[in-house]
Amino acid sequence: MRYSLGRAALPLYAILAFVYLLIPIVYTFIFSFNNTFKSNITWRGFTFNNWLTVCEEQGVCEAFGNSILIGVVSTVVATALGTAIAIALVRYEFKFRSAVSLLLFLPMATPEIVLGAGLASQFFNFGAEKGIGTVIIAHVMFCLSFVVVTVKARVSSLDPALEEAGSDLYASPSHVFWKITFPLLMPGILSAALLSFALSFDDFIITNFNAGAATTFPKFVYTAASKGIPAAANVVGSAVFLVAILIVVGVQIRSTIKERRLRAVR
Amino acid sequence: MAFAAFSGGSEKSSYKVPRKNSTKVALALLLPGMIYLALFFITPLASLVATSLEVPDASGEIGRYQYGFEIGNYWYVIQTYWPHIARSFVYALAATILSLLISYPLAYFIGVRARKWPLIQKLALALVIAPFFISFLLRTFAWKQIFSNESWIVTTLQSLHVLAPDQYLVGTDFMVIFGLTYNFIPFMTLPLYTSLERLDLRLLEAGSDLYATPAKVFRKVTLPITMPGIISGTLMTFIPIAGDYINASRDFLGSSGTQMIGNVVETNFLRINDYPSASALSVLLMAAILGLVVFYVRRSGTEDLL
Repeated sequence: MRYSLGRAALPLYAILAFVYLLIPIVYTFIFSFNNTFKSNITWRGFTFNNWLTVCEEQGVCEAFGNSILIGVVSTVVATALGTAIAIALVRYEFKFRSAVSLLLFLPMATPEIVLGAGLASQFFNFGAEKGIGTVIIAHVMFCLSFVVVTVKARVSSLDPALEEAGSDLYASPSHVFWKITFPLLMPGILSAALLSFALSFDDFIITNFNAGAATTFPKFVYTAASKGIPAAANVVGSAVFLVAILIVVGVQIRSTIKERRLRAVR
Repeated sequence: MAFAAFSGGSEKSSYKVPRKNSTKVALALLLPGMIYLALFFITPLASLVATSLEVPDASGEIGRYQYGFEIGNYWYVIQTYWPHIARSFVYALAATILSLLISYPLAYFIGVRARKWPLIQKLALALVIAPFFISFLLRTFAWKQIFSNESWIVTTLQSLHVLAPDQYLVGTDFMVIFGLTYNFIPFMTLPLYTSLERLDLRLLEAGSDLYATPAKVFRKVTLPITMPGIISGTLMTFIPIAGDYINASRDFLGSSGTQMIGNVVETNFLRINDYPSASALSVLLMAAILGLVVFYVRRSGTEDLL
């Protein structure tokens, strides 16, 4: 029967596609355990050494620390600015709405190289010293629109009756915001922050144009690539991957538990 | 839009609320972000245009330029770098089409076929996003190692005479397009998933009840309904691919024969300090992409991108 063959073909295809997507991840992970000698190209045996002595590789941990710092600061700033914009877009009437939407859409439609070169030329023209500060400025800029899109979806799914109930019970507008709106928006804000951190942490192109002598983890990998990437980079990459997976699974489990509780109440 | 998939699926319930009419509050919420974008997005673009028109400094020192109005810079970069410009767009087109072909069945599986099993659906989505959690550069470098000249893949292909004994994969157009396709597949799959997930299966049944073949149902029902996802996905992949320079870089999957616009901009801006031509190339890339976005969005009739 052709029909049943067709039924099985799609799941099989999906499995192949997932294998394809995961190959480089698995490769990176396996080669973080390679007993390297000079280069990390051929497999020479299993060892935990690379994991235990990560920071002995020159510059890797410093670059990683810079990436975390840049990621955290730009996420906080971008999430604050973006959440405010998302609330205004959904809940308030104002002029120039389409101009605001366009200004938010454009950074997402601009190739990173243009964003990077543009900011670098501005910093150059103003004689600003490039470093971690300029990287943070750049990251906030390109994360902002993604925060707005993510939080906006949450704001529009918010039942306004909840806020009305609050003000009917004589809560002040700020009280309503902090006690009702903000906690309800929290999941949206959190996923926006996670997305923003991920974008910042993995960004290379814009960073490369605006970092000057400062390093970040992707910049470290790029610089190392010409001589061969050290196993320590595989270790950091794999560790970040594992932590990210744990966070995603944790968030997923938490929301499932919450849903179950809500259903139980109803 | 596309990244709704990141936040655990699109939010379905949308309340129609009369918007509040308090300009003061609206301004207070909007202004900080808007001023930020004006300072660090709009003025840099203006600065890029200004730099693209600069002329060498009177001192003649390398890397010193002064204000000018040299439109000729654009003519110069087009003449000098047209192979890079053409290559960028050919690569981007090829990789976008490939990732659409690879992603559509995958997104169909996750969004339609896996509906009955929410757990598998969630797991599948996580697997699509998984590559984002490991550095883009590490992933690309892993492919370089897997397809390296001494790898079993290359030696097998050579012994099967698919590749000549002195022919390799790294550094070829094929390899760069392969890397670009791989790296941007999630950007294609997520928006496709978002629109396929909402597909009403009763419409497909209605089609086949009216004696349409499965192929015809797909062409006349599924494809038009999921067009917004296709448009969003192709834009989300084409734009970053056209500006990418990691895959095509000599240290990753490319060679001197695969350099794209991004590689030239990087070299001219960061290594040989030729700011005007780097800026002119960036402005050209931006203009081409904006033109393309406007044309594409107009033709397909979805103007509501945000």
